[in-house]
Amino acid sequence: MKKLRPVSRRDALKLAAAGAALPLVHMRTAHAAGSLKVALWDHWVPAANPAIQKLIADWGAKNKVDVSIDLLQSGTANAKLLLAEAAESLAGTGHDVMTFQAWGVQQYHQHLEPIDDVMGGLIKQYGAIDPTSAYLGKVDGHWMGLPTSVGSQYKPSCARISYFSKAGYDVRQWYPNAPGNAKTATDWTYDTLLKAAPGAKQAGLAFGLGLGLTTDSVDWTGALLRAYGAVLVDEKGNLQLRSDAVQQVLEYLQKLYEFLPADTVTYDDASNNKALISGQSALIFNPPSAWWVARRDAPKVAEDCWTFPSPSGPAGRFNPYLPFFWGIWSFSSNKTAAKDLITWLQQREQVETLCDVSVGYDIPTFASMHDFKIWSEVKPPLGTVYNYPIRPWHDTQSNVSGYPAPPRIAIQLYNNATFNVMTVKLAKGKQKMKDVLDWAENEINGYINM
Amino acid sequence: MADGTTGISADALHGFAPSVRRGGLRRFAQRRSTIAVLMCLPLIALIAGLVVYPFFYSIYLSMLSRDATRFIGLFNYRYLLRSDTFDLVIFQSCFFAITAVFFKALIGFILAHVMHNISGRDQRIWRGLLLIPWVIPPALSTLGFWWMLSGNYSAVNWILGQFGIPQVAWLSNTWTARLWVAGVNVWYGTPFFMIMYLATLKSVPDQLYEAAAIDGATWLQKIRFISLPMLRNIISITVLFSLIVTFANFDIVQILTTGAPADTTHVFATYAFQLGIQGGNISLGAAVSLFIFPILAVFSIFILRGVGRRAREGM
Repeated sequence: MKKLRPVSRRDALKLAAAGAALPLVHMRTAHAAGSLKVALWDHWVPAANPAIQKLIADWGAKNKVDVSIDLLQSGTANAKLLLAEAAESLAGTGHDVMTFQAWGVQQYHQHLEPIDDVMGGLIKQYGAIDPTSAYLGKVDGHWMGLPTSVGSQYKPSCARISYFSKAGYDVRQWYPNAPGNAKTATDWTYDTLLKAAPGAKQAGLAFGLGLGLTTDSVDWTGALLRAYGAVLVDEKGNLQLRSDAVQQVLEYLQKLYEFLPADTVTYDDASNNKALISGQSALIFNPPSAWWVARRDAPKVAEDCWTFPSPSGPAGRFNPYLPFFWGIWSFSSNKTAAKDLITWLQQREQVETLCDVSVGYDIPTFASMHDFKIWSEVKPPLGTVYNYPIRPWHDTQSNVSGYPAPPRIAIQLYNNATFNVMTVKLAKGKQKMKDVLDWAENEINGYINM
Repeated sequence: MADGTTGISADALHGFAPSVRRGGLRRFAQRRSTIAVLMCLPLIALIAGLVVYPFFYSIYLSMLSRDATRFIGLFNYRYLLRSDTFDLVIFQSCFFAITAVFFKALIGFILAHVMHNISGRDQRIWRGLLLIPWVIPPALSTLGFWWMLSGNYSAVNWILGQFGIPQVAWLSNTWTARLWVAGVNVWYGTPFFMIMYLATLKSVPDQLYEAAAIDGATWLQKIRFISLPMLRNIISITVLFSLIVTFANFDIVQILTTGAPADTTHVFATYAFQLGIQGGNISLGAAVSLFIFPILAVFSIFILRGVGRRAREGM
C-alpha cells in the first residue's frame, strides 16, 4: 500500500486560502457586471412597485448585475425623493440611477451623465419624443435624463358625465372611446368651462380647480396661459408680463374664481382628488388617480367620470404634463450597466407591463406607445380613460408651466407658483391689476437676475 | 488638593527628570479638568459634527450661486431683502412665533396654577390628560386639525352648519389661516409650559401664600407679588427655548397650508424648503434659513442677560 505523504502546515494553509477564495470566485461569476443602486419613485398604485422590482431583478439576474432598489416617496409633506436628489448631488455619492420629477434634470444636470446614446437609440426605435420631455430633459442640446413612463402623467379633464349632460354638454360625444377627430370637441373651450362653472357651484359640484402653490394648481394654470398664448418670460429670458394675453388670462381667472370652491387658494395635490371622490366636484384636472380611488371608495362617482383633454383657448389645446426622468449620476461607478438597465426598461414590452399594473396612470414617453390596450379596457364606465393619453386626433399638445422661459427661470416660476400668487392677489385679495403686475415684475426680475 | 493635583514642588523632584515627565503626565491626566474635558469629548465631537460644521457649511452654501459652482458673496441675501415675498415670510415668521409663544406661556401659566390648586390623584389625572397634545407627534396633530378645517370635510364647519352659521374657509383667508397655524402650535406646545411652571410652583414655599392670605392679599396680588417673581427665570428660559423651536417650525405650515394663500403663511423653514429643495436652489434656501439666526441671537441675548442678572441678585 502506498504511503500517503503527511500534510504539512504549509499545505494546510494553502488549502485553507484556496477554500476561502472559492466563494469570491462564485460571487464574481454571479455578479460579473458589478452592482447598481437605483432610486425609484414610490408609486402610489400598490401593484406598481413589485412589478418594476421584479422586472429589474430579472434583468439583473440575466445580466449578472447585483441591483439594489430604494423606493422614495414624493409629496407635499413627504419629499424623500427631492431630499435624496439634493443630498446626493452635494455629496457626490449615493445611487447610480436617480429618479427626477419634472425639473430635476435641469436642477442637477451638472452632476448627471449625458445619455445621448441611449436617447438616440430609443428615438430611432420608437419615433419622435414629446417636446415637453425634450424641454425638461435636454441641456445645451444633450439628453441628461431619460423621460420614463413610470410616474409620468397628464392632468387632463376628469368630469362628471351627469353634470355636464344636465348643463347641455355630452362629454362622451366630445371624446368618444374610439378613434375620432378633433371637430367633435370644438365646444370644449375655456369659455365653455366658465359658462358651466356657476351651475356647478350652485349644484354643490364646484369645479375642483386649485389656485394653490403645489403642482396640480400650477400645472393647470400653466396650460391655461399657454392656451391663450400668454407667457410670463419668453424663450430668450425677456419679461413678457404686461402683454394683453397675460391680462386676459388674469381677468378670466378673476371671473372663474367666484365659482371655484372656497378653499381653492389653499388647494394642495390631494384637494382636487378629495373633491371629486367625495362627490363635491363635477370637474378636476388630474390623472386618473382620483377616478381610480373613487372606483374603490365611491363607485357611483367613478361610474360617472370621463377623462379627456383640457379645454382649448385661442392659441390651442394643452394638457398639463408632469414627466418623470431617470438620470445617471456622473459619479456612478457603473454607468454602462445603468444605461443598459434604463434602455431595457424603456422597451415597449416593459413599458406596457408597467402601464398595465398602474391601471393606465403612467404615460409612455413615446406617442407610438399611446395605443396600449389598457386605456380601452379600463372601466367603469368602459373607456373612461381612453382619452387620457394624447391621441393623434386630439389636436392637443403637452405643456409644463413656465415654458418657454429658459429652464433656470422657469423652475422658479413653477416652484414659486408665481402666476397663481398673482391670481390670488387679484381675485381674492382684490388688489389692482397694476399692483399685481408690479409685484410680479419685481419677483420675476429677481428670478431672471438670479 | 482640591483640584486633584498632589502639590509636590518642582524642587523636590530635581534630579529625577524622566520620573518627573512621567509623573507630570500622570498628574495632568489625573486633573479633574482634564478628565472632564476627556469625558465631554464625545459630546463636543457630536456638537461639532452635527451643529458647528453644518452651521458654517450653510453659511458657505448661502454664498454660492444657484448651481453651487460660483462664489457670489452676499448676493442671495440682497436678493431676499429686495423680495416682497420674503418680507411676508419675515412678518409671518415673527407673528407666528411671538403669538404662539405668548399664548403658550399664558395658557401654560394659567393651567399650572389651576393644576397646583387641584390636589392628590385628581391632579395626576388632569396633568396626564393635559400632557396628551404634547406627546402626540405634531405632524399627526396637525393632520387632525387639517381634517377639521379643510374645505372638503371640515368638521368645524359641519358643527357651525348645525347652528345655521355659514361655512368659513378657515385656511383660505389670510388671517384665519395665520391664526390657525399659530393655534395648532399653541395646542401642541402649551403642556410643556404648564409642566415647567407647575414644577417650579411646587418649589415655592406655601408659607409665602399663607402669609399673604393673612395680610389680606387677593389672588391677583398673590400671582403678581409671589408667583410671578418666583417664576420669572423659568418663564424667561421656557420662552427662549420655545422661541427657538417655534421659529424653526416646519411641519405645521407645510401640512396645514403649504404657505398658501399666496405665500402669506410661509415661515422661514417652509420657504427655505420651497426654494432650496423643491426649487433646487440650495444656496438660496440656506440663506433663508440663516435669517433665523440673528433674530434668535437678539432674543437670546436679552433673555439670557435678564436671567443672569436675576441669578446674580439672588446670590
